[in-house]
Amino acid sequence: MSLLSVLSLCVQYQTAQGTVRAVDDVSFELEPGETLGLVGESGCGKSTLGKAIMRLVPSSDGVVVLDGQDITRMPNAGLKSVRKNMQMIFQDPYGSLNPRHDVGTIVGQPLSVAGWSRKDIRDRVADLLRQVGLSADAARRYPHEFSGGQRQRVGIARALALRPKVIICDEPVSALDVSVRAQVINLLQDLQQQTGVSYLFISHDLSVVEHVSDRLIVMYLGRIVESGRGAEVWEQPAHPYTLALLTAAPVADPKLARSRTKNLLQGELPSPLNPPPGCSFHVRCPMARERCRQERPVLRNVSGDRMVACHYDLLEQSAELPRAVGAAN
Amino acid sequence: MAVGDPERTAILDIDRLQVSLFTRRGVLPAVDGLSLTVAARETVAIVGESGCGKSLTALAVMRLLPEPPAKIVSGAVRFMGRDLASLSDRAMRRVRGKDISMIFQDPMTSLNPVTTVGDQLIEAIQWHNDVSRREAHARAVELLRQVRIPDAERRLDDYPHQMSGGMSQRVMIAMAIACGPKLLIADEPTTALDVTIQAQILELIKELQASSGMGLIIITHDLGVVAETADRVVVMYAGRKVEEAPVEALFERPLHRYTSGLLGATPSAKRRRGSRLAEIGGSVPALSELPAGCAFQNRCADAFDRCRTERPKLMPLMPGRTAACFAAEEELSRHVAAIGT
Repeated sequence: MSLLSVLSLCVQYQTAQGTVRAVDDVSFELEPGETLGLVGESGCGKSTLGKAIMRLVPSSDGVVVLDGQDITRMPNAGLKSVRKNMQMIFQDPYGSLNPRHDVGTIVGQPLSVAGWSRKDIRDRVADLLRQVGLSADAARRYPHEFSGGQRQRVGIARALALRPKVIICDEPVSALDVSVRAQVINLLQDLQQQTGVSYLFISHDLSVVEHVSDRLIVMYLGRIVESGRGAEVWEQPAHPYTLALLTAAPVADPKLARSRTKNLLQGELPSPLNPPPGCSFHVRCPMARERCRQERPVLRNVSGDRMVACHYDLLEQSAELPRAVGAAN
Repeated sequence: MAVGDPERTAILDIDRLQVSLFTRRGVLPAVDGLSLTVAARETVAIVGESGCGKSLTALAVMRLLPEPPAKIVSGAVRFMGRDLASLSDRAMRRVRGKDISMIFQDPMTSLNPVTTVGDQLIEAIQWHNDVSRREAHARAVELLRQVRIPDAERRLDDYPHQMSGGMSQRVMIAMAIACGPKLLIADEPTTALDVTIQAQILELIKELQASSGMGLIIITHDLGVVAETADRVVVMYAGRKVEEAPVEALFERPLHRYTSGLLGATPSAKRRRGSRLAEIGGSVPALSELPAGCAFQNRCADAFDRCRTERPKLMPLMPGRTAACFAAEEELSRHVAAIGT
């Protein structure tokens, strides 16, 4: 059985203009020791999905099962045991640490909530700080005394405190400079090796997600449009949106960057208040046909563990690929 | 393209620019002796991490430095032969937005939220050109079309909050090119945007440059954006230029250890997934605590005694490129010696 199973999860927001289906019928599984990457553009629902799994925002439908236990209907009082097994790292290393607490208090907070003794907390905090590469005297210092990268290390130490099985990383390196970003990515990978923790790694940065993920999920307007093994999806994307994301991402290689054909997506993300009928991607899709305007494609298995929600996926229709690329140029 | 011979047609010539920050902790060298030229039609990327002085360089060219604490203390910023650093504020206002324009990272806060997009564009047009409001309006519509905003006529009446990030950045670009500038400075123009929108905006900037022939400075921390857009690259670290090279040469063979560190720290398709990224250990030293010698020494695996005592000068180590690195110098001279024997 999977460590974390998400089944048909939906999150809806009521706004003055109507209902937004921020997360719409999303299902996936996370295995022990695995990194699952979750990519998509702003507003695709990736962060909301992470928060809904943590029960930081309420879900309207669907089930989240952690370690054999349905946590969706659990009363709030029971969530302590969930938090012990599932923690989160946030994007903003400035906003996610209480500026009035010293680092020892911040990292030790989950432990004191869990009822650990003072001495045990002190020892564990010292271990954690060492594990994330901070010096022991960091415990007595305050967040403002640290750089962005060091603060993110504090956030990671806090997430690790209770030895969780799952950490949801919501854009953990997006606010960091290139050289520091590499340090934090390497740290996350080392910690996974040491502790066997699973990551749900949410990011808009394709190169980072590609680098860290075993499997990945691509979201568009609240729904999963493609999922599968990282390398396979990368080498041969099945959904036109995945292909578009890959070709739009800048490549740190001038020769390659200038020689490849660009399949630039036209237009912008439609309003989630009023998503297009049929396939919600059809208005931007260079391959859209009549059926795409009428009928919403279901997420189906195409090969191995690859899933794609497209009537005319690129694995089946590889002859379409040149036309799709050509149409955009 | 003027790569390799930028002097001939340089429109911008930054000469040993020194920008200092006057703080309670003393006078800090935020931009330290930076020289840089940009030719017409050329794209120069300035790349570096937070605090390296890349944005302050742009603001110094625009004469938009936050004074105090920042101030140009020496050096020249020659634009078409005129030194902008010594122009009066009044004269500078005639240059800014007309001959040199700038777009910023965050389009949402660069636009005035209480005025329509159209009024802001018309104001920019009328500021520099003696035209009627009707003519300015027609020009504004044309500009929005040029930056590919659909339904341009109607969008003029929109307020910035009614536009997406990508659309706002298009408006900023329209405003920047309104008077046909000879130089455009783009400071992290796509950092706040999604990847598909980023690609559209970079493409748009490149097209506008190709049709107008303006020089372009792109300031970014993203080596992908550098690889996609630049002809020439200037790498900055702790206020100084540490390397300059044509883009392909830089990615093929970085000379300065900081440049190779940055490239190694960037995930790319070439590296196997799951493999470790090369790390640059530690962090950038504070400007108030710069060591003697090379500012990068405490993070450099190849640093030796000389790096700790003497500050490396920019040297022409290979044709068309310079670097300020003793390790690179030694390596190249060994290489030359090996060929000689």
